[in-house]
Amino acid sequence: MAERLTDIGPPHYEKFLPPIVKENYGKWLYHEVLKPGVMVHVSESGAKLFTIRAGSPRLISTEKIRNYADLAEKYCGGHLRFTSRHNVEFLLTDEKNIDPLIKDLADLGHPVGGIGNAISSIVHTQGWVHCHSAATDASGVVKAVMDDLNEYFTSTKLPGKLRIALACCLNMCGAVHCSDIAILGIHRRPPKVNHDTLRKMCEIPSVSASCPTAAIRPATVNGNPSVEVLEDRCMFCANCYTVCPSMPLNDPLNDGISIWIGGKVSNARHEPMFSKLAIPFIPNNPPRWPEVTTAIRNIVELWAANANKYERMGEWIERIGWPKFFKMSGIEFQKEHIDDFKHAGLTFKRSTHITF
Amino acid sequence: MADQLPNTPILDELEKGTWPSFVKEIKLAAKNSPMSRDLLGLLEQSYEEKIGHWKHGGIVGVMGYGGGVIGRYSDLPEKYPNVSHFHTIRINQPSGWFYTSEALRTLCDIWDKHGSGLTNMHGSTGDIVFLGCRTEALEPIFSELTEAGFDLGGSGSDVRTPSCCVGPARCEWACYDTLALTYDLTMHYQDELHRPAFPYKFKFKMSGCPNDCVASIARSDMSIIGIWRDDIQINHDEVTKYAEGGMNIQRDVVGNCPGKCMDWDGKELKIENSYCRHCMHCINVMTKALRPGKDRGACVLLGSKAPIVEGALLSSVLIPFWKPKPPYTDLKDMVERMHDVWCEEGKARERIGEFIQRVGLGNFLEECEIDIAPEMVAHPRENPYIFYEEYYEEDDGEEDEDGE
Repeated sequence: MAERLTDIGPPHYEKFLPPIVKENYGKWLYHEVLKPGVMVHVSESGAKLFTIRAGSPRLISTEKIRNYADLAEKYCGGHLRFTSRHNVEFLLTDEKNIDPLIKDLADLGHPVGGIGNAISSIVHTQGWVHCHSAATDASGVVKAVMDDLNEYFTSTKLPGKLRIALACCLNMCGAVHCSDIAILGIHRRPPKVNHDTLRKMCEIPSVSASCPTAAIRPATVNGNPSVEVLEDRCMFCANCYTVCPSMPLNDPLNDGISIWIGGKVSNARHEPMFSKLAIPFIPNNPPRWPEVTTAIRNIVELWAANANKYERMGEWIERIGWPKFFKMSGIEFQKEHIDDFKHAGLTFKRSTHITF
Repeated sequence: MADQLPNTPILDELEKGTWPSFVKEIKLAAKNSPMSRDLLGLLEQSYEEKIGHWKHGGIVGVMGYGGGVIGRYSDLPEKYPNVSHFHTIRINQPSGWFYTSEALRTLCDIWDKHGSGLTNMHGSTGDIVFLGCRTEALEPIFSELTEAGFDLGGSGSDVRTPSCCVGPARCEWACYDTLALTYDLTMHYQDELHRPAFPYKFKFKMSGCPNDCVASIARSDMSIIGIWRDDIQINHDEVTKYAEGGMNIQRDVVGNCPGKCMDWDGKELKIENSYCRHCMHCINVMTKALRPGKDRGACVLLGSKAPIVEGALLSSVLIPFWKPKPPYTDLKDMVERMHDVWCEEGKARERIGEFIQRVGLGNFLEECEIDIAPEMVAHPRENPYIFYEEYYEEDDGEEDEDGE
């Protein structure tokens, strides 16, 4: 029997770099966006590398990966890469191949775009396709939102970059908390304790300690050790469910989506910032979540019509003030918008800088 | 008929529209995979009932590893027997997500043979994700992957798969070699990556410049972001061309400078570099005229995370300027000291950022023997509740008078 290989790590990236990248590694001089989804990088040597970026649903079949491989062989000497936002990028040395490749991608159903002042692919999680704690689906909501906003992927007509992300619960595998628009699945019903399985599957002190608001207490139920939930203290984070399968929060009647806006991670102009709550709750309405797509289009178009050039969602709202945003968007300001967790006071308005 | 696709009228709606459809992808996989066929049926039921049908986790993996595989079981195994097991495998991606078509085809062959044929390219942390296989397929998959030169990524309370932006491979703004550092750290932490031994997860993300294309400041416990400390390189001829081309330099460049360190008199662009905040805006906008300086390195930040458990955090400055030099021993030594303190004192499921919130940044730095710097805070404390660590006794003064 062959020796079992372990801890070999990933392949060294140099094995996969196209020759033009190896030759010009660290020598790139500048780049220009030629048209939506197409840019050129120019090296100190004068070499030009053309990048074509295509959107992807992230959940892709091996057949699609083989299609990508075919295109890479046809146009790029068998090289390609992916981006941090699930896009696929083809790296061309011959400018004449740009349009034929875009056409082949279109035939495959993949739009080209997402560079510059555009929306890029939505970073997202697994949802009902693969996760136990999902409060909404991920791929379906993303598909519905991107179908609606595709025109902003394939153009650069937005004032600045627009980064949308979706996480199907507060665990945020998609770490959406610093996005221009974050679509966040939320539970709204406290855990339904399964007392029969809890004592077999979970450690009561760990379950109790897992709650950030101390809402879970050890208790004796029907003569057996278990826990009880102080429901008015539960803010539905589901950390207890992560620790203990007997504390499920999933509930079709109460699960749904919240919308958060105005975050960013780039340091350009304004420092990075968290997204803030815009809409506390929208019920799940599969397969197309029309209330979610309408709400997002409303926010995107309001920003696009009013922001200054380069101004990200959060920069724009910070300039005009949140009251004005609520007024302009028609979104009702509700009790849920006021923070009441730790350090909530830092989010209160502590000046008379108020616009009317 | 077993090979027929199940009836999915609700999901079929998501085959329409201009954006690429994940339903089409599942159907493509379902041509050859009974697992993907049952996944379609199960997902249709979720769409009908508005609830997921996956059970909570389960500990499965490959021999000798504690991470890299996420156990997943359906809660409707009788109805959808082919997804009764549907485990995820995370495979460590090559730095910068570059591939050859040959490598991709090899991965596809392995996955078609043993799994559902469904993938994520890529998962949020950066791994290649293979979605859906049975427990008994894990060892054969692992064996074929390692034979092909690939290895598993992280999961659970371990070093998670490090990831980076495209860096110097295709970006003129890369202030250090993100691909090289990512590969080096990944290899250095193989044991920590495959065998969870921490209070919770620990992520590294490498971005080549402050634009932070891998969102490291929001999504990694250690965010290493490229920065420079000398003057922005200016090509004045290109500045002139931008102006002649109609760019409103005053409004769109100078007006957006957070450090107010730029001046445009209609002819010449001047930058007072000692006030530059390295935000990247002017460089982003005038790609041909402006470049980061030549004295390049990285700012190392620590502690970001999503909300669970105690609230979301952004990373904060740990080392204002670091010169990455292979084999990066200074960084690794510092990380080891931090891991030691965190492993010793941290609570279960406490990320290092939350740990610092609990014990205090000053105490943490002291324990880890890291020098403090004013760049670490947005501003000094506003409250007077200071834990002064020393005070004088009456006798102390007399000793001083004795000539101390």
